[in-house]
Amino acid sequence: MLEQYMKLMDFVCLDAIVPDLEANDRDGAIYELAGSLAKIGALGKIKPDEVAKAVIERENEASTGMGKGVAVPHVKHAKAKRVMAAIGQSSRGIDFAALDKKPVYSIILLISPGNDPEQHLQAMENIFRHLQQEQFRKFLRQAQTKEQIIDLVEEADENPSL
Amino acid sequence: MENKICEKEVTIGNADGLHMRPAMQFVDIANRFQSNIQVSNNENTVDGKSIMQMSMLAATVGTKLSISAEGSDAEDAIEALRELVEDKKFDEPAPDQEAGHSEKK
Repeated sequence: MLEQYMKLMDFVCLDAIVPDLEANDRDGAIYELAGSLAKIGALGKIKPDEVAKAVIERENEASTGMGKGVAVPHVKHAKAKRVMAAIGQSSRGIDFAALDKKPVYSIILLISPGNDPEQHLQAMENIFRHLQQEQFRKFLRQAQTKEQIIDLVEEADENPSL
Repeated sequence: MENKICEKEVTIGNADGLHMRPAMQFVDIANRFQSNIQVSNNENTVDGKSIMQMSMLAATVGTKLSISAEGSDAEDAIEALRELVEDKKFDEPAPDQEAGHSEKK
């Protein structure tokens, strides 16, 4: 069994945070975040393009743009050793074919191991517990530097109502 | 119109549990009904019509969820949702069917 409360810090790769995505479209943002995970060595031997392609394929089945300016593109990968996430921010907004048809400003790319549904579900629970909070979404959207996003992640772990 | 309250306990039967795709199927069906629908595990009670809230249940295979519906179509809503979770298992494999199941999600 996993510990009951997984924290954001347990799976968000702080060094892979991209405070200002260069990409202007969904696929570009996914490639950028997968590349960011690869750059810090989080993906191990998995190629970032392979991850991005799988995530895009998943995204084409149904958008993970849940509305309110956030999207959580994700995929399970057999070779991923643990669950990991990269956070990206776009000040311009990106079309993610979101449920509310509005642009997405905050993107959390989540990669989970293929054989551990519980870890994936716990990470999702964690992400959505915070994304539910208007304040969290607002702070994330206003953040302009990696440090500000790291502070937010740390604070969210301390404060369950954020 | 007559307001009914129905409640039913269901058990998650698909191997991957209530991840985003099944949660979306649930929310889609819940939204077809006028009734107010709430879903709870032991810790949280969430709105069965909200994808973000449903994703917070983190229900693994074997988890029991209590679905409650309140409204004129409460009974039909509960039955449709029970069928999705227990009979159809979100059109996903149960744990013992996992062998040979290629990873797609």
